[in-house]
Amino acid sequence: MPVVIKRIMFFVFLLLVWQGIVLLGIWPESMIPSPFSVVNELYLGFKDMTLVYDITASFRHLFIGLFLAILIGTGLGVLLAKVKTADETLGTMILALQSVPSIVWVPLAIIWFGFGETSIIFVVVIGGTFVMTMNIRTGVKNVSPIYLKAAKTMGSKGLDLFFKVVIPAAVPHAVTGVRLAWAFSWRALMAAELLSTGPGLGYTLSYASDFNNMSLVIGIIMIIGVIGSIVDQLVFHRIENKVLRRWGLEEAA
Amino acid sequence: MDLKIDALSKQFENKPNPPLLVLDNINLTIKAGEFVSLLGPSGCGKSTLLSMVAGLQKPSSGSVYLGEEEIRKPGPDRGVVFQESALFPWMNVRENVMFPIRKKMTKKEQLSVADKYLQMVQLSKFPEHYPHELSGGMQQRVSIARVLAMNPELLLMDEPFGALDEQTRSILQDEIEKIWLDTKKTVIFVTHSIREAIKLSDRIIIMGARPGTIISDFNVNLGRPRLQADMAKLEEKVMAVLKSEIDKVMQEELSYAGSH
Repeated sequence: MPVVIKRIMFFVFLLLVWQGIVLLGIWPESMIPSPFSVVNELYLGFKDMTLVYDITASFRHLFIGLFLAILIGTGLGVLLAKVKTADETLGTMILALQSVPSIVWVPLAIIWFGFGETSIIFVVVIGGTFVMTMNIRTGVKNVSPIYLKAAKTMGSKGLDLFFKVVIPAAVPHAVTGVRLAWAFSWRALMAAELLSTGPGLGYTLSYASDFNNMSLVIGIIMIIGVIGSIVDQLVFHRIENKVLRRWGLEEAA
Repeated sequence: MDLKIDALSKQFENKPNPPLLVLDNINLTIKAGEFVSLLGPSGCGKSTLLSMVAGLQKPSSGSVYLGEEEIRKPGPDRGVVFQESALFPWMNVRENVMFPIRKKMTKKEQLSVADKYLQMVQLSKFPEHYPHELSGGMQQRVSIARVLAMNPELLLMDEPFGALDEQTRSILQDEIEKIWLDTKKTVIFVTHSIREAIKLSDRIIIMGARPGTIISDFNVNLGRPRLQADMAKLEEKVMAVLKSEIDKVMQEELSYAGSH
């Protein structure tokens, strides 16, 4: 049986179980709404464009934040890979910061930047930067010595060696870095938006919760999950596989 | 230009143990146009010697001269083919071959040089392919084309066919022989295969291990292409010289293993 069919059957089964629980009537609709009312709520949201507006806003925060995270992360990563002292000092700090959950930065961001979009973007940047840094650092540090030797015997050195050999050789790590940075940023984004004054998916989620609109809460959680997995699977995994294959690091998975 | 290796020694730090002497007082002159094989058991320092000729490592004492010039760093007069493919995976075959000449000539000249050498290694049909799409043998052909494109005086080959299967290996040996006859470059060829050394070289230098020294240096006076029957006799002779060396290495390794 093809995977797609299996998956579709699984989700149909899930919907049936869900509807079955609703029909049993153990819990009130305000706690467990039916799938139909969730779909209806999503339909209304897309029809009056509020959800479209939220999704656009969330993506705007994400892209600005992720772009900055990739930029800063690449710079820091190269610095750590090339300057030993920086690696021994700043590197340790970044490693520690990497293990701090992004939501921890939200209160700090609110004090510095208020409840608006700047705060959200700040948290997104923090969320993505460190993982990008560590991946670029690994990539630049672990360039296969054979490439360096070969390039040197062919007259490449200094900046030329760095830009023509080290950087391209580090691309697979960079791609993994971007994928992880996206995943971290996406989670950070939702955390930050939940506590913001909007707009954004996270904001509307907490808004819906405040007004006891359980259908919308579940609907938005679904949107977040679907967007997350689509971007991860369709965009990043494909790019990553393609790059890994070409760089000879992994057979087609 | 002749290559002159003068009283060259190399030792590696091996803390906390005393430094490891890898090459001990190597003296060697290789004439321009000669095909010379460095043959020896693993650990005899033949690859280290080659890498110092390439300028990738520095001697601990002594020096290497190409013509009048002392070798201190890598240079375009010496091209290296490594055992594992050192092709850049992010470039296609043609771009790889053009890498060493990309700053030396116009784009048009680069393309024609790349075409010429890809043809020489019989890969003119694959310029747009990426290394991962090629077999090991084809990758080594590209490596050879890339080195030739640089037009070096000296071709340094570090067990270039060591990772290939027997058949591919034999085909590539024929081709490198042909290329050498066509281009008349000086070749230093590192190998641990006696047959390969005899099949290809004008001259074979046998090295012994721990520390690496030259234990035998002789010319191969057989017509080309070499016939199996002619080669067999010489092979036995070389084997006899090498056997005591290999025994020595084995013994040491066993006693090392025993003491740990």
